[in-house]
Amino acid sequence: MVTHRPLGLALDHIDHGYTIGGTFTPVLDDISLTIAPGEFVALLGPSGCGKSTLLRLVAGLEPPRAGTIRAEGAPITGPGPDRIVMFQDPTLYPWRTVRGNVALGHDIAGRKDPESVDAAIELVGLKGFERAWPHQLSGGMAQRAALARALVNDPRVLILDEPLGKLDSLTRLTMQTELHRLWRDRGFTALMVTHDVEEALLLATRVVVFSPRPARIIGDLTIDLPPHRHRDDPRLLHLRKDILVQLGHSADW
Amino acid sequence: MTAPDATGRRLLPWAAGPAWFLAALVTWRWPDADDFPATNPLAALFLAVGLALLAAAALRRLSARAPWAIALGLGFTAWEIAQAKLLWLPRPFFGTPQDLLDVFLTDWKKLGDSLLHSLGLLAVGYGIGAGLGVAIGVGLGRSPHFRYWVRPLIRLVGPLPPVALLPLAFVLVPSGRLASEALLALAAGFPTTILTWSGVAAVDPAFYDVARTMGARTRFLVLRVALPAAMPQIFVGLFMGLGVSFATLVVAEMLGVKSGLGFYMQWAQGWAAYPNMYAALLVMSLMCTGLVTLLFKIRDRVLAWQKDGLKW
Ligand SMILES: Nc1ncnc2c1ncn2[C@@H]1O[C@H](COP(=O)(O)OP(=O)(O)OP(=O)(O)O)[C@@H](O)[C@H]1O
Ligand SMILES: [Mg+2]
Repeated sequence: MVTHRPLGLALDHIDHGYTIGGTFTPVLDDISLTIAPGEFVALLGPSGCGKSTLLRLVAGLEPPRAGTIRAEGAPITGPGPDRIVMFQDPTLYPWRTVRGNVALGHDIAGRKDPESVDAAIELVGLKGFERAWPHQLSGGMAQRAALARALVNDPRVLILDEPLGKLDSLTRLTMQTELHRLWRDRGFTALMVTHDVEEALLLATRVVVFSPRPARIIGDLTIDLPPHRHRDDPRLLHLRKDILVQLGHSADW
Repeated sequence: MTAPDATGRRLLPWAAGPAWFLAALVTWRWPDADDFPATNPLAALFLAVGLALLAAAALRRLSARAPWAIALGLGFTAWEIAQAKLLWLPRPFFGTPQDLLDVFLTDWKKLGDSLLHSLGLLAVGYGIGAGLGVAIGVGLGRSPHFRYWVRPLIRLVGPLPPVALLPLAFVLVPSGRLASEALLALAAGFPTTILTWSGVAAVDPAFYDVARTMGARTRFLVLRVALPAAMPQIFVGLFMGLGVSFATLVVAEMLGVKSGLGFYMQWAQGWAAYPNMYAALLVMSLMCTGLVTLLFKIRDRVLAWQKDGLKW
């Protein structure tokens, strides 16, 4: 399997917004963020603040209203297979089997690599469901299939929008471990939105905290912990409390 | 309750053969009320069907269809008695089973020829219309520029019943066959266009986003995302187009083509050959239902991923 060099990203004074029902709604407010190649950045923020929107801009699906996003110095003008997105909704193609969905990136690239498709399906624990149609999967299984569909592409940046949101706590722990292992083995840059502060602290090298909409960066912490972290680590518990306070919890909680 | 029920279900298939034997016996032994053709061949045919049904019962291939097989056998018996033996209804308009059989025995060549002509006309016209309909529908669904120029034309011409264009088409186009093919294409094309358009326009934009982030170009987005996503709607359009095509076909054959089942029927009417008309009607209905069945078979294959259970 070819492993590409990770990609560094630079977001420079990004503004964005949408017009909903005739009135302009600002969503992103002056976001500047530099992400080094190979970093694992977790994005935290209240629901509706603009996290998914930011990921869409980085993916190149929409241009920002103001500001520039560069990948390794070159401005991003559109989507590309070096930046693979796992969306918040699984959005599996109902007319493709699980296997066909996971192989989507290969089909687009005109590449045949059934082994890596099988490996990705096995990795997310869907072995035996290769021939199932998406409507025959549970919500969590569909999400894992979407994760496999993203992983087979060997991206230089992996963009994850609440990748494990629909999983039960046990499957979630397994998938967290797998994700962390993949990131270390393949060395891609990871950009992950999550609502779970503990998950962010377990996986990320850096946690960025956003304000409510329009999103501004209100916290940017480097997580200086060893790669094999334990969720009972007192340093981790301490950081968790800090972040929750930044997100608006009262300190005496 | 279950025991007699189960026995009934086991014995029922064996009653189908005898029902047809009864029809054969009545046809053969009971003298006809008038001088009808093909009475003995009809009895032989009923007998053959009865034997085939017995064999099917022995091979256990009949279970769900048994009630229908019995009802048909009894129905033919009743028809035979009412019309061939007692002549309850005025004769030329209401035929007997042997009249119908006689048409197939004596005129099968012309009937078969008409069927082939109709099928040929349909295949070309419907095929072109369906293909163009899908292509135009995709264009309307995806390209604002295409939509700007084509939508007004579709709105003007599409809702017009194709039959209304027949007289004009036969004058303008030198070959009646070509004119009919064009009208059939129009008949099939309009519903297919509209439903393909609606299907493509309704594709979840997130489906495009997924493919685009993996580097997909327009070609992939159209052929491998928009088309399969719109397929359920496209098949509704193809089905509706087939219906309009049938109607257009019959009228075109009656008015201009001078061949095919529609023409045969009109010719039969001109000669007051009512049994021939019934025979042509039967062939036509078998042709139409056969084509609809074919379309549904293709649909079931293409849309295997859908959970709906519509069964034709
Ligand atoms: N296509 C769109 N058109 C109009 N408004 C949009 C669109 N996409 C997002 N928004 C608006 O942008 C804001 C931010 O949405 P976004 O999906 O980025 O939130 P989020 O931080 O990902 O929230 P969540 O954690 O609930 O997923 C919301 O107020 C939403 O209404
Ligand atoms: Mg979101």
